[in-house]
Amino acid sequence: MAEIKLLGVSLSPFTHRVEWALKTKGVEYELIVEDTKNKSPLLLESNPIHKKIPVLIHNGKPICESMVIIEYIDETFEGPSILPKDPYERAIARFWAKFLDDKCLPTMGKALLGEGEEQEKAKEECVELLKILDNELKHKKFFGGDQIGFADIAANALAFWMGIIEEASGVIWVTSEKFPNYCAWRENYNNCSQVKEYLPSRDELFTHFQSRFHSAAAPK
Amino acid sequence: MAGEKVKLLGYWASPFTLRVHWALKLKGIEYDYQEEDLPNKSPLILQCNPVHKKIPVLVHDGKPIAESLVILEYIEETWKHNPILPEDPYERAKARFWVKFVDDKCVPGIFGTFSKVGEEQRKIAKEARENLKILEGELGKKRFFGDTKIGFMDVAAAWIICWAQIVGEIVDIKLVDAEEMPSLVSWFQNVLEAAPVLKECTPPKDKLLEHNKGFHKMLVASAST
Repeated sequence: MAEIKLLGVSLSPFTHRVEWALKTKGVEYELIVEDTKNKSPLLLESNPIHKKIPVLIHNGKPICESMVIIEYIDETFEGPSILPKDPYERAIARFWAKFLDDKCLPTMGKALLGEGEEQEKAKEECVELLKILDNELKHKKFFGGDQIGFADIAANALAFWMGIIEEASGVIWVTSEKFPNYCAWRENYNNCSQVKEYLPSRDELFTHFQSRFHSAAAPK
Repeated sequence: MAGEKVKLLGYWASPFTLRVHWALKLKGIEYDYQEEDLPNKSPLILQCNPVHKKIPVLVHDGKPIAESLVILEYIEETWKHNPILPEDPYERAKARFWVKFVDDKCVPGIFGTFSKVGEEQRKIAKEARENLKILEGELGKKRFFGDTKIGFMDVAAAWIICWAQIVGEIVDIKLVDAEEMPSLVSWFQNVLEAAPVLKECTPPKDKLLEHNKGFHKMLVASAST
Protein backbone atom coordinates (compact mmCIF):
# COMPACT_ATOMS: atom_id res chain seq x y z
CA MET A 1 0.00 0.00 0.00
CA ALA A 2 1.62 3.23 -1.15
CA GLU A 3 2.11 5.80 1.52
CA ILE A 4 1.19 9.33 0.50
CA LYS A 5 1.48 12.33 2.78
CA LEU A 6 0.79 15.94 1.87
CA LEU A 7 2.28 18.65 4.05
CA GLY A 8 0.17 21.75 3.63
CA VAL A 9 -2.56 24.12 4.67
CA SER A 10 -6.02 23.63 3.12
CA LEU A 11 -6.71 27.35 2.88
CA SER A 12 -3.58 27.85 0.76
CA PRO A 13 -4.19 27.77 -3.01
CA PHE A 14 -0.86 26.00 -3.53
CA THR A 15 -1.82 23.13 -1.22
CA HIS A 16 -5.28 23.12 -2.78
CA ARG A 17 -3.79 22.58 -6.25
CA VAL A 18 -2.18 19.35 -5.06
CA GLU A 19 -5.27 18.20 -3.12
CA TRP A 20 -7.37 18.74 -6.25
CA ALA A 21 -4.93 16.65 -8.34
CA LEU A 22 -4.87 13.79 -5.80
CA LYS A 23 -8.67 13.80 -5.43
CA THR A 24 -9.15 13.92 -9.20
CA LYS A 25 -7.01 10.79 -9.52
CA GLY A 26 -8.83 9.13 -6.60
CA VAL A 27 -5.60 8.80 -4.63
CA GLU A 28 -5.84 8.39 -0.85
CA TYR A 29 -3.51 10.55 1.15
CA GLU A 30 -2.91 11.94 4.60
CA LEU A 31 -2.95 15.73 4.94
CA ILE A 32 -0.50 16.86 7.58
CA VAL A 33 -1.48 20.39 8.50
CA GLU A 34 1.52 22.67 8.87
CA ASP A 35 1.76 25.73 11.08
CA THR A 36 3.69 27.99 8.72
CA LYS A 37 4.84 30.14 11.64
CA ASN A 38 6.24 27.09 13.40
CA LYS A 39 7.44 24.71 10.70
CA SER A 40 7.70 21.03 11.53
CA PRO A 41 11.01 19.13 11.41
CA LEU A 42 9.43 16.97 8.68
CA LEU A 43 8.81 20.02 6.49
CA LEU A 44 12.30 21.43 7.04
CA GLU A 45 13.80 18.04 6.25
CA SER A 46 11.59 17.44 3.18
CA ASN A 47 12.01 20.90 1.65
CA PRO A 48 15.33 22.20 2.97
CA ILE A 49 15.80 24.59 0.02
CA HIS A 50 12.57 26.59 0.26
CA LYS A 51 11.13 25.37 3.60
CA LYS A 52 7.65 25.83 2.09
CA ILE A 53 4.41 23.95 1.67
CA PRO A 54 3.06 22.05 -0.15
CA VAL A 55 5.32 19.00 -0.10
CA LEU A 56 4.14 15.61 -1.32
CA ILE A 57 5.87 12.66 0.30
CA HIS A 58 5.36 9.43 -1.67
CA ASN A 59 6.87 6.31 -0.14
CA GLY A 60 9.22 8.48 1.87
CA LYS A 61 10.40 10.55 -1.11
CA PRO A 62 9.58 14.29 -1.04
CA ILE A 63 8.47 16.32 -4.06
CA CYS A 64 8.26 20.12 -3.80
CA GLU A 65 6.75 22.99 -5.83
CA SER A 66 3.01 22.61 -6.48
CA MET A 67 3.06 22.52 -10.31
CA VAL A 68 6.02 20.05 -10.28
CA ILE A 69 4.00 17.92 -7.84
CA ILE A 70 0.99 17.98 -10.18
CA GLU A 71 3.08 16.73 -13.12
CA TYR A 72 4.43 13.99 -10.83
CA ILE A 73 0.90 12.99 -9.81
CA ASP A 74 -0.20 12.93 -13.46
CA GLU A 75 2.75 10.71 -14.45
CA THR A 76 2.50 8.35 -11.48
CA PHE A 77 -1.16 7.61 -10.88
CA GLU A 78 -3.95 6.23 -13.06
CA GLY A 79 -7.17 8.17 -13.47
CA PRO A 80 -8.29 11.19 -15.53
CA SER A 81 -5.37 12.96 -17.24
CA ILE A 82 -4.51 16.39 -15.94
CA LEU A 83 -2.29 17.32 -18.90
CA PRO A 84 -3.48 16.47 -22.43
CA LYS A 85 -1.85 13.59 -24.31
CA ASP A 86 -0.74 15.48 -27.43
CA PRO A 87 2.70 17.15 -27.06
CA TYR A 88 1.56 20.40 -28.70
CA GLU A 89 -1.54 20.63 -26.48
CA ARG A 90 0.70 19.91 -23.48
CA ALA A 91 3.01 22.75 -24.52
CA ILE A 92 0.05 25.15 -24.75
CA ALA A 93 -1.16 24.03 -21.30
CA ARG A 94 2.33 24.49 -19.80
CA PHE A 95 2.72 27.90 -21.47
CA TRP A 96 -0.51 29.22 -19.95
CA ALA A 97 0.19 27.58 -16.58
CA LYS A 98 3.58 29.33 -16.48
CA PHE A 99 2.08 32.68 -17.47
CA LEU A 100 -0.68 32.37 -14.87
CA ASP A 101 1.63 31.14 -12.10
CA ASP A 102 4.75 33.26 -12.75
CA LYS A 103 3.18 36.49 -13.94
CA CYS A 104 -0.55 36.83 -13.26
CA LEU A 105 -0.73 35.45 -9.73
CA PRO A 106 2.06 37.56 -8.13
CA THR A 107 0.85 40.72 -9.91
CA MET A 108 -2.75 40.14 -8.85
CA GLY A 109 -1.54 39.46 -5.32
CA LYS A 110 0.26 42.79 -5.17
CA ALA A 111 -2.72 44.58 -6.74
CA LEU A 112 -5.08 43.27 -4.07
CA LEU A 113 -2.85 42.95 -1.01
CA GLY A 114 -0.08 45.44 -1.68
CA GLU A 115 0.17 49.05 -0.58
CA GLY A 116 0.83 52.48 -1.98
CA GLU A 117 2.74 52.92 -5.22
CA GLU A 118 3.54 49.22 -5.55
CA GLN A 119 -0.17 48.41 -5.42
CA GLU A 120 -1.09 51.08 -7.98
CA LYS A 121 1.59 49.89 -10.39
CA ALA A 122 0.48 46.27 -9.93
CA LYS A 123 -3.15 47.23 -10.61
CA GLU A 124 -2.15 48.81 -13.93
CA GLU A 125 -0.13 45.73 -14.91
CA CYS A 126 -3.04 43.54 -13.86
CA VAL A 127 -5.42 45.26 -16.23
CA GLU A 128 -3.10 44.44 -19.14
CA LEU A 129 -2.71 40.83 -17.98
CA LEU A 130 -6.47 40.40 -17.57
CA LYS A 131 -6.99 41.68 -21.12
CA ILE A 132 -4.65 38.93 -22.36
CA LEU A 133 -6.51 36.30 -20.33
CA ASP A 134 -9.88 37.64 -21.43
CA ASN A 135 -8.79 37.36 -25.05
CA GLU A 136 -7.49 33.80 -24.60
CA LEU A 137 -10.82 32.75 -23.08
CA LYS A 138 -12.88 34.28 -25.89
CA HIS A 139 -13.72 30.98 -27.54
CA LYS A 140 -13.31 28.50 -24.73
CA LYS A 141 -14.86 27.70 -21.40
CA PHE A 142 -11.60 26.85 -19.62
CA PHE A 143 -7.91 27.28 -20.41
CA GLY A 144 -7.97 23.51 -20.94
CA GLY A 145 -10.86 23.76 -23.45
CA ASP A 146 -14.16 22.11 -22.48
CA GLN A 147 -12.67 20.63 -19.33
CA ILE A 148 -10.58 21.97 -16.46
CA GLY A 149 -6.90 21.37 -17.15
CA PHE A 150 -3.37 22.01 -15.97
CA ALA A 151 -3.50 25.75 -16.68
CA ASP A 152 -6.87 26.18 -14.94
CA ILE A 153 -5.42 24.61 -11.80
CA ALA A 154 -2.42 26.93 -12.01
CA ALA A 155 -4.99 29.75 -11.98
CA ASN A 156 -6.97 28.40 -9.01
CA ALA A 157 -6.08 31.36 -6.81
CA LEU A 158 -7.20 33.78 -9.52
CA ALA A 159 -10.51 31.95 -9.84
CA PHE A 160 -11.45 31.46 -6.20
CA TRP A 161 -9.16 33.29 -3.80
CA MET A 162 -8.87 36.64 -5.59
CA GLY A 163 -12.64 37.21 -5.81
CA ILE A 164 -12.95 36.61 -2.06
CA ILE A 165 -10.04 38.97 -1.33
CA GLU A 166 -11.68 41.67 -3.47
CA GLU A 167 -14.96 41.30 -1.56
CA ALA A 168 -13.15 41.39 1.78
CA SER A 169 -11.27 44.54 0.77
CA GLY A 170 -14.51 46.24 -0.26
CA VAL A 171 -13.07 47.30 -3.63
CA ILE A 172 -14.22 45.31 -6.66
CA TRP A 173 -12.53 46.21 -9.92
CA VAL A 174 -12.43 42.90 -11.77
CA THR A 175 -15.90 43.10 -13.30
CA SER A 176 -17.67 41.26 -16.08
CA GLU A 177 -18.17 44.57 -17.89
CA LYS A 178 -14.42 44.99 -18.22
CA PHE A 179 -13.41 41.30 -18.54
CA PRO A 180 -16.49 39.31 -19.60
CA ASN A 181 -14.72 36.11 -20.70
CA TYR A 182 -12.41 36.04 -17.70
CA CYS A 183 -15.29 36.51 -15.27
CA ALA A 184 -17.31 33.80 -17.04
CA TRP A 185 -14.31 31.46 -16.68
CA ARG A 186 -14.10 32.27 -12.96
CA GLU A 187 -17.80 31.48 -12.53
CA ASN A 188 -17.49 28.23 -14.48
CA TYR A 189 -14.38 27.19 -12.59
CA ASN A 190 -15.89 27.74 -9.15
CA ASN A 191 -19.10 25.96 -10.06
CA CYS A 192 -17.88 23.02 -12.11
CA SER A 193 -18.29 19.58 -10.61
CA GLN A 194 -14.58 18.70 -10.89
CA VAL A 195 -13.68 21.58 -8.59
CA LYS A 196 -16.68 22.68 -6.51
CA GLU A 197 -16.70 19.91 -3.91
CA TYR A 198 -12.97 20.30 -3.26
CA LEU A 199 -12.87 24.06 -2.71
CA PRO A 200 -12.07 25.30 0.81
CA SER A 201 -14.65 27.20 2.82
CA ARG A 202 -15.54 30.55 1.25
CA ASP A 203 -16.67 31.91 4.63
CA GLU A 204 -13.44 30.93 6.34
CA LEU A 205 -11.37 32.60 3.65
CA PHE A 206 -13.55 35.72 3.67
CA THR A 207 -13.24 36.06 7.44
CA HIS A 208 -9.48 35.54 7.26
CA PHE A 209 -8.97 38.28 4.66
CA GLN A 210 -11.49 40.63 6.19
CA SER A 211 -9.63 40.59 9.51
CA ARG A 212 -6.37 41.07 7.62
CA PHE A 213 -7.73 44.25 5.99
CA HIS A 214 -9.18 45.50 9.28
CA SER A 215 -5.92 45.04 11.16
CA ALA A 216 -4.03 46.77 8.36
CA ALA A 217 -6.44 49.71 8.50
CA ALA A 218 -6.50 49.90 12.32
CA PRO A 219 -4.77 52.92 13.87
CA LYS A 220 -1.30 51.95 15.06
CA MET B 1 8.73 13.35 -37.73
CA ALA B 2 11.06 13.43 -40.75
CA GLY B 3 10.06 16.06 -43.26
CA GLU B 4 8.16 18.18 -40.77
CA LYS B 5 9.73 21.59 -40.73
CA VAL B 6 11.36 22.81 -37.52
CA LYS B 7 12.30 26.47 -37.18
CA LEU B 8 13.89 28.24 -34.24
CA LEU B 9 13.52 31.99 -33.86
CA GLY B 10 16.19 33.29 -31.52
CA TYR B 11 19.00 35.65 -30.65
CA TRP B 12 22.65 34.56 -30.76
CA ALA B 13 23.56 35.98 -27.32
CA SER B 14 20.45 34.75 -25.52
CA PRO B 15 21.01 31.84 -23.11
CA PHE B 16 17.33 30.93 -23.46
CA THR B 17 17.82 30.45 -27.20
CA LEU B 18 20.97 28.43 -26.42
CA ARG B 19 18.88 26.03 -24.31
CA VAL B 20 16.77 25.18 -27.33
CA HIS B 21 19.78 24.84 -29.68
CA TRP B 22 21.30 22.38 -27.19
CA ALA B 23 18.15 20.26 -26.95
CA LEU B 24 17.72 20.12 -30.74
CA LYS B 25 21.42 19.33 -31.34
CA LEU B 26 21.53 16.60 -28.67
CA LYS B 27 18.61 14.89 -30.38
CA GLY B 28 20.09 15.40 -33.84
CA ILE B 29 17.01 17.28 -35.06
CA GLU B 30 17.40 19.26 -38.29
CA TYR B 31 16.11 22.79 -38.05
CA ASP B 32 16.23 26.23 -39.63
CA TYR B 33 17.46 29.05 -37.46
CA GLN B 34 16.21 32.62 -37.85
CA GLU B 35 18.21 35.29 -36.02
CA GLU B 36 15.95 37.99 -34.63
CA ASP B 37 17.24 41.53 -34.81
CA LEU B 38 16.35 42.68 -31.30
CA PRO B 39 14.80 45.18 -30.61
CA ASN B 40 13.39 45.27 -34.16
CA LYS B 41 11.23 42.21 -33.75
CA SER B 42 9.98 40.50 -36.88
CA PRO B 43 6.26 40.19 -37.68
CA LEU B 44 6.75 36.41 -37.30
CA ILE B 45 7.79 36.73 -33.64
CA LEU B 46 4.90 39.05 -32.87
CA GLN B 47 2.53 36.61 -34.54
CA CYS B 48 4.00 33.47 -32.92
CA ASN B 49 4.37 34.87 -29.41
CA PRO B 50 1.76 37.61 -29.06
CA VAL B 51 1.66 37.30 -25.26
CA HIS B 52 5.35 37.95 -24.51
CA LYS B 53 6.72 39.02 -27.94
CA LYS B 54 9.99 37.28 -27.00
CA ILE B 55 12.45 34.75 -28.31
CA PRO B 56 13.02 31.86 -28.39
CA VAL B 57 10.06 30.49 -30.29
CA LEU B 58 10.07 27.03 -31.84
CA VAL B 59 7.81 26.59 -34.85
CA HIS B 60 7.11 22.94 -35.65
CA ASP B 61 5.02 22.13 -38.66
CA GLY B 62 3.63 25.67 -38.61
CA LYS B 63 2.70 25.57 -34.89
CA PRO B 64 4.52 27.97 -32.55
CA ILE B 65 5.72 27.11 -29.04
CA ALA B 66 7.07 29.84 -26.75
CA GLU B 67 8.95 29.82 -23.40
CA SER B 68 12.28 27.98 -23.45
CA LEU B 69 11.46 25.39 -20.76
CA VAL B 70 8.08 24.65 -22.35
CA ILE B 71 9.93 24.20 -25.66
CA LEU B 72 12.41 21.79 -24.03
CA GLU B 73 9.59 19.61 -22.68
CA TYR B 74 7.90 19.71 -26.11
CA ILE B 75 11.11 18.61 -27.85
CA GLU B 76 11.53 15.80 -25.30
CA GLU B 77 7.97 14.55 -25.82
CA THR B 78 7.96 14.86 -29.61
CA TRP B 79 11.37 13.32 -30.39
CA LYS B 80 11.66 10.48 -27.92
CA HIS B 81 15.17 9.24 -28.82
CA ASN B 82 18.17 10.39 -26.73
CA PRO B 83 15.97 11.36 -23.79
CA ILE B 84 17.14 14.26 -21.63
CA LEU B 85 14.61 13.70 -18.84
CA PRO B 86 14.89 10.53 -16.74
CA GLU B 87 12.23 7.84 -17.12
CA ASP B 88 11.34 7.60 -13.43
CA PRO B 89 8.66 10.16 -12.39
CA TYR B 90 10.43 10.96 -9.10
CA GLU B 91 13.72 11.68 -10.89
CA ARG B 92 11.79 13.77 -13.44
CA ALA B 93 10.22 15.77 -10.61
CA LYS B 94 13.68 16.36 -9.10
CA ALA B 95 15.02 17.59 -12.47
CA ARG B 96 12.05 19.96 -12.90
CA PHE B 97 12.46 21.21 -9.31
CA TRP B 98 16.10 22.12 -9.86
CA VAL B 99 15.50 23.79 -13.20
CA LYS B 100 12.77 25.88 -11.56
CA PHE B 101 15.22 26.77 -8.76
CA VAL B 102 17.70 28.02 -11.36
CA ASP B 103 15.10 30.07 -13.23
CA ASP B 104 13.41 31.50 -10.15
CA LYS B 105 16.45 32.09 -7.94
CA CYS B 106 19.81 31.88 -9.76
CA VAL B 107 18.96 33.68 -13.00
CA PRO B 108 17.43 36.81 -11.38
CA GLY B 109 20.44 36.87 -9.04
CA ILE B 110 22.97 36.78 -11.88
CA PHE B 111 21.06 39.27 -14.03
CA GLY B 112 20.41 41.48 -11.00
CA THR B 113 24.14 41.60 -10.20
CA PHE B 114 24.69 42.72 -13.79
CA SER B 115 22.08 45.47 -13.86
CA LYS B 116 21.98 46.88 -10.32
CA VAL B 117 24.47 49.12 -8.52
CA GLY B 118 25.52 49.96 -4.98
CA GLU B 119 23.97 48.27 -1.96
CA GLU B 120 21.23 46.63 -4.01
CA GLN B 121 23.87 45.01 -6.24
CA ARG B 122 25.87 43.76 -3.26
CA LYS B 123 22.78 42.23 -1.68
CA ILE B 124 21.69 40.51 -4.90
CA ALA B 125 25.22 39.24 -5.60
CA LYS B 126 25.44 37.74 -2.08
CA GLU B 127 22.10 35.93 -2.60
CA ALA B 128 23.25 34.78 -6.05
CA ARG B 129 26.39 33.24 -4.54
CA GLU B 130 24.36 31.51 -1.82
CA ASN B 131 22.05 30.02 -4.44
CA LEU B 132 25.00 28.85 -6.54
CA LYS B 133 26.43 27.18 -3.42
CA ILE B 134 23.15 25.31 -3.07
CA LEU B 135 23.57 24.08 -6.65
CA GLU B 136 27.15 23.04 -5.86
CA GLY B 137 25.78 20.93 -3.00
CA GLU B 138 23.35 19.21 -5.33
CA LEU B 139 25.93 18.64 -8.10
CA GLY B 140 28.40 17.16 -5.60
CA LYS B 141 31.08 15.04 -7.24
CA LYS B 142 29.12 14.53 -10.48
CA ARG B 143 30.23 16.02 -13.81
CA PHE B 144 26.63 16.57 -14.86
CA PHE B 145 23.33 16.89 -13.01
CA GLY B 146 22.14 14.09 -15.30
CA ASP B 147 24.74 11.93 -13.50
CA THR B 148 26.43 9.82 -16.18
CA LYS B 149 25.06 11.72 -19.14
CA ILE B 150 23.81 15.20 -20.06
CA GLY B 151 20.30 15.67 -18.74
CA PHE B 152 17.48 18.20 -18.49
CA MET B 153 19.16 20.34 -15.83
CA ASP B 154 22.43 20.42 -17.79
CA VAL B 155 20.69 21.51 -21.00
CA ALA B 156 18.49 24.04 -19.21
CA ALA B 157 21.04 25.51 -16.82
CA ALA B 158 24.77 24.80 -17.38
CA TRP B 159 24.98 28.13 -19.25
CA ILE B 160 24.58 30.04 -15.98
CA ILE B 161 28.20 29.30 -15.07
CA CYS B 162 29.49 30.95 -18.24
CA TRP B 163 27.13 33.90 -17.84
CA ALA B 164 27.89 34.29 -14.11
CA GLN B 165 31.62 34.40 -14.89
CA ILE B 166 31.05 37.02 -17.61
CA VAL B 167 28.90 39.14 -15.28
CA GLY B 168 31.51 38.78 -12.55
CA GLU B 169 34.24 40.05 -14.84
CA ILE B 170 32.21 43.03 -16.09
CA VAL B 171 31.00 44.30 -12.70
CA ASP B 172 34.07 43.07 -10.78
CA ILE B 173 32.09 40.96 -8.32
CA LYS B 174 32.95 37.26 -8.03
CA LEU B 175 29.88 35.07 -8.35
CA VAL B 176 31.43 31.68 -9.17
CA ASP B 177 34.07 30.94 -6.56
CA ALA B 178 36.36 28.05 -7.60
CA GLU B 179 37.18 27.29 -3.95
CA GLU B 180 33.60 27.23 -2.71
CA MET B 181 32.15 25.73 -5.92
CA PRO B 182 34.80 23.32 -7.28
CA SER B 183 32.31 21.19 -9.23
CA LEU B 184 30.09 23.99 -10.45
CA VAL B 185 33.00 26.01 -11.85
CA SER B 186 33.70 23.22 -14.39
CA TRP B 187 30.07 22.29 -15.12
CA PHE B 188 29.61 24.37 -18.30
CA GLN B 189 32.94 23.18 -19.78
CA ASN B 190 32.19 19.57 -18.84
CA VAL B 191 28.98 19.71 -20.86
CA LEU B 192 30.71 21.26 -23.90
CA GLU B 193 33.54 18.73 -23.77
CA ALA B 194 31.18 15.79 -23.45
CA ALA B 195 29.17 16.86 -26.50
CA PRO B 196 31.12 18.55 -29.31
CA VAL B 197 27.82 19.11 -31.13
CA LEU B 198 26.91 21.55 -28.34
CA LYS B 199 30.27 23.33 -28.44
CA GLU B 200 29.75 24.01 -32.17
CA CYS B 201 26.52 25.93 -31.58
CA THR B 202 27.63 27.81 -28.44
CA PRO B 203 28.96 31.35 -28.93
CA PRO B 204 32.60 31.73 -27.76
CA LYS B 205 32.96 33.22 -24.29
CA ASP B 206 35.04 36.20 -25.45
CA LYS B 207 32.38 37.18 -27.99
CA LEU B 208 29.69 36.98 -25.29
CA LEU B 209 31.91 38.99 -22.94
CA GLU B 210 32.36 41.79 -25.50
CA HIS B 211 28.66 41.83 -26.29
CA ASN B 212 27.67 42.03 -22.63
CA LYS B 213 30.30 44.69 -21.89
CA GLY B 214 28.64 46.84 -24.55
CA PHE B 215 25.21 46.06 -23.14
CA HIS B 216 26.38 46.99 -19.64
CA LYS B 217 27.78 50.33 -20.86
CA MET B 218 24.35 51.10 -22.34
CA LEU B 219 22.61 50.21 -19.05
CA VAL B 220 24.96 52.42 -17.03
CA ALA B 221 24.57 55.31 -19.50
CA SER B 222 20.77 55.16 -19.50
CA ALA B 223 20.65 54.90 -15.69
CA SER B 224 22.67 58.07 -15.25
CA THR B 225 20.55 60.20 -17.63
